[in-house]
Amino acid sequence: MAAKVLLQVKGLKKYFPIKGGFLGRTVNYVKAVDDISFNVIEGETVSLVGESGCGKSTAGRAILRLEEPTAGEVIFNNVDISALSKKEVRKMRKDLQIIFQDPYASINPRQTVSRVLEEALQIQNIVPVEQRKDRAIDLLKAVGLAAYQADRFPHEFSGGQRQRIGIARALSLNPKLIICDEAVSALDVSIRAQILNLLKKLQHDYQLTYLFISHDLGVVRHISDRIIVMYLGRIMEIADKRSLFEAPRHPYTRALLSAIPVPRPGKKRERIVLSGDVPSSIDPPEGCRFHTRCPYVRDKCKTEVPELRSAGDMSAGHIAACHYFEEIYSRSAN
Amino acid sequence: MDNREDTITVDISPSLKGASGGSMVYKRLKRNKTAMIGGYLILFLIIVALFGPLLTVYDPLKVDFGTRLLPPSSEFWLGTDHNGRDIFTRLVHGTSITLYIGFLSVAVGLVIGVPLGVFSGYYGKILDSFIMRCIDVLLAFPGILLAIALVSVLGGSINNVIIAVGIFSVPGFARIVRGSTMAVSKLEYIDAVRALGASDLRIIILHILPNIVSPIIVQATIRIAIAILIASGLSFLGLGAQPPIPEWGAMLSQGRSYMFDHPHVALYPGLAIVLAVLAFNLFGDGLRDAFDPQSKG
Repeated sequence: MAAKVLLQVKGLKKYFPIKGGFLGRTVNYVKAVDDISFNVIEGETVSLVGESGCGKSTAGRAILRLEEPTAGEVIFNNVDISALSKKEVRKMRKDLQIIFQDPYASINPRQTVSRVLEEALQIQNIVPVEQRKDRAIDLLKAVGLAAYQADRFPHEFSGGQRQRIGIARALSLNPKLIICDEAVSALDVSIRAQILNLLKKLQHDYQLTYLFISHDLGVVRHISDRIIVMYLGRIMEIADKRSLFEAPRHPYTRALLSAIPVPRPGKKRERIVLSGDVPSSIDPPEGCRFHTRCPYVRDKCKTEVPELRSAGDMSAGHIAACHYFEEIYSRSAN
Repeated sequence: MDNREDTITVDISPSLKGASGGSMVYKRLKRNKTAMIGGYLILFLIIVALFGPLLTVYDPLKVDFGTRLLPPSSEFWLGTDHNGRDIFTRLVHGTSITLYIGFLSVAVGLVIGVPLGVFSGYYGKILDSFIMRCIDVLLAFPGILLAIALVSVLGGSINNVIIAVGIFSVPGFARIVRGSTMAVSKLEYIDAVRALGASDLRIIILHILPNIVSPIIVQATIRIAIAILIASGLSFLGLGAQPPIPEWGAMLSQGRSYMFDHPHVALYPGLAIVLAVLAFNLFGDGLRDAFDPQSKG
């Protein structure tokens, strides 16, 4: 595959002001996303993983400008989205779509399914009026629903079917990139697999690129090409799927992976249990964000912010933000 | 691909197809007896307002001192007032005035209050603070005092009463609409249409307003009752409809002087006001219960 960079995120920050005090002054900020940078290559699926509150969803929303980023650039297809005016962004939206987590909240309950899909076409005005209905039905078929369901209202569908409607809506504008914000987390396990397979099939049929936001490592392992691990608003490690699952470098990634249940009882494995809670993102720890819970913490971690870097024996593109990952890795390998 | 989940479609009876479950609301409303009594009373008042004046035999305005302050009889069903006019006739003619004031003042409140609330809730931040502080100022006045102040500035007439009562109901609408807008605009489907590139105006009109109509309808119904009461109060104080207009509050006010010797002059207009206010209150409460899926009335 020709490695064309479709999406480039540079130094993205999103701080939410905390209002308080007299006349609602800003007293502090929640640093939900604090200076993250990564690339997404055309046609691949990149996952953004991390526990709740680590800023992964906010990152997705900031890329789409559903939240205005505090700082940083989002370069999509050689255009800096973060610098566009509100009007230009609206045009741009047809190339960048999103699938939401909650299939019950993501569809207007007062619109029929075909109305939901036709509206997307109407907003961007990409299909002539008389063809919109047909296009809506084609979309429904593409996501595994039937034409006769077009005139039904959302409450007449199950969660999995609603999620299919959400996918059809995201597809309706022929986007290049779809951000899946916990797109399968709210679904039953059996339906989750169906939706994941549907997403894979659509990716193949429509040449889509996915930015897949999830906390579920099992799902991530199934669908991703590359994985970005986030903790407390920052990126801890980026690697292709294989390297990440087989040779994780960052202590946080290792702890995260050790928490995946193994379907083989009795199998011995290292279980890293982190102590304490995730620190507040209002006042994140100095130095390495993870130092308060890291089992390998040293003095340097408390003062100096580790950069994302690679080392000799790591596969191409594998980077981690830890001062001591070579040492930790070699110790655990022996 | 495998489509097994299709078989789990929740089958809901076709009557539910009206998206909002409009017929569902009606069903729940029908089961609520007090609400239906309120509804029928409103219907009755509307019919009286439209056709009543065609059926009465007396002139509501013509003064006849020969029939002054007569008690209720078969000739004058509810008696006559101090100017010898048939009270029943005047009440029937006053129905349309009362409803006119009630509906129109609420319409004024809606037209001003709903946009204020929607913009306040949707855009938030400085605009929200500004609008809400203005609303707070309006709310700081005791309601009737605000209406009195407005009417005394504008002058006493039915239309000015409508404006005054309308402005008086703006805060209520603005607050309720703001709250509902804030709740709805945080839902994911709003983000979804925004991600499709919809403009703010489109989002507000097509996606927010249709989803907040129920609290607006409930509030409007209850507000009509309050508006009727305030308007009658203003007329009672001599600030609203001017004699000889057969407005109920004004009739009550005139009857007050004869209350001890001829109680019927004040009694029946008072009862008419009670009836109208009660009708809208009962219906409004019933609507609220019917719209609220938690209550299975």
